[in-house]
Amino acid sequence: MALRGNLRDFTVTQLLNLINLAHKSGTLVIEGPTEAAKVSFRDGKLAYAQIGQEDNRLASVLHRSNKLTTGQLRAIQTRAVQVGDKELGLLLINAGYMSQDDILNSLQSYFTDVVRRLFTWVEGFFRFENDMTPPEDRITVRLDLENLIIEGARQLREWEQLQDEIPSLDMALKFIERPGTSMQKMNLSVEEWRVVSYINPRNTIQQIASASKMSDLEIRRIVYGLLQAGLVEVVRPEGAAQAIERARPQVTVQNREEQKSLVNRLITRIRSI
Amino acid sequence: MQTVKMVVTGPFSAGKTEFIRSVSEIDVVSTERKVSADGERAVKSATTVAMDFGRITVDEDLVLYLFGTPGQKRFDFMWEILSEGMLGFIVMVDSTRPETFREARSILETFRAYAPTPYVVAANKQDMADAWDIEDMRHALRLDGKVKLLPCVASDKTTVKNVLLELLYSILAEMDGGDK
Repeated sequence: MALRGNLRDFTVTQLLNLINLAHKSGTLVIEGPTEAAKVSFRDGKLAYAQIGQEDNRLASVLHRSNKLTTGQLRAIQTRAVQVGDKELGLLLINAGYMSQDDILNSLQSYFTDVVRRLFTWVEGFFRFENDMTPPEDRITVRLDLENLIIEGARQLREWEQLQDEIPSLDMALKFIERPGTSMQKMNLSVEEWRVVSYINPRNTIQQIASASKMSDLEIRRIVYGLLQAGLVEVVRPEGAAQAIERARPQVTVQNREEQKSLVNRLITRIRSI
Repeated sequence: MQTVKMVVTGPFSAGKTEFIRSVSEIDVVSTERKVSADGERAVKSATTVAMDFGRITVDEDLVLYLFGTPGQKRFDFMWEILSEGMLGFIVMVDSTRPETFREARSILETFRAYAPTPYVVAANKQDMADAWDIEDMRHALRLDGKVKLLPCVASDKTTVKNVLLELLYSILAEMDGGDK
């Protein structure tokens, strides 16, 4: 069913987060006010990207990353029009011009740059096409999205939005146990590491902000990034449970057996409706 | 006579009133008013400003009340009052309006802060062609795998019953957990 909507309601960072967590394969099509972009994913990893009419063929990408001179680019563009990217890549490797890593790193850098540019898009419509794949002759990559998601969150400047996402600084943070996620692979900033070092269900976000001398906005930005990357979750601070428990008006029955009996009566009644 | 209550909450126009109406044995006591804001008027013409109120009589000693909260944020002062003493709560989310997911998440957090009672999330309007997939909604709403996210059509009694039953099963499971 539909995975479509408006960028005003759902940011590119949130979409990447969803694609990452759901391990989605397909193409995210974003129609902005002046141009459209297509970003393809395989199993939740970035595979390919194209923005507007920009030339994203291998020769142009290698030229942009200074792996090909302007003369070499012209020669390829005039003499190798019919040669696909995969074939061109093999020719360049076999001729000893560059390694496979040079090619993949250049493509990763270009596709990442396309996604970075999308972070600034706040107007437009998006849809996720499960069946749309990159053109057959193009080289695809497999790039983890976590770092891009954190980067996207860093660019998020809307204070109101951050307030909506993290309404209370009196909550605490806890690391999410997700197999396959390693903190070592993440490119965290000094400030993010500082916050990470204080994460503990006993410390409120406010306390972490005080300890690391950050403003409400700064701490919200960092916590938002960590949440979006799926590294942490917001939890009630340990020690607060007792006070909350006291304030909780429970079912007015004598003991747990009576409570269970009451719930079972409710279940029987609702089944019969 | 003993009374217990459950709260049905969620963003504006999520389907809370319709949900309660589907299973209540009395006509839902609704405090609907004409919508004043232009953006909201485009979605529906009347909204709940104080609360909805439905009733299910279990037997001569026990009655279940269903309270629907007002969806508009400017009435959120009512939420804490309504949440007092609740057995559990249901967060309704319109599956066709991703623009409300963030608010739904925020409402969920607010209610969890009021009372750590069991809850379920009902993905309403799952019969619509442009409804989001349940699993996509789970990620968008950042719901843990343990949280029940249930497909629902608020006008369909069967799915509404299922949501209520799943909440009751969660309440029972928590009580069993507390015994250990």
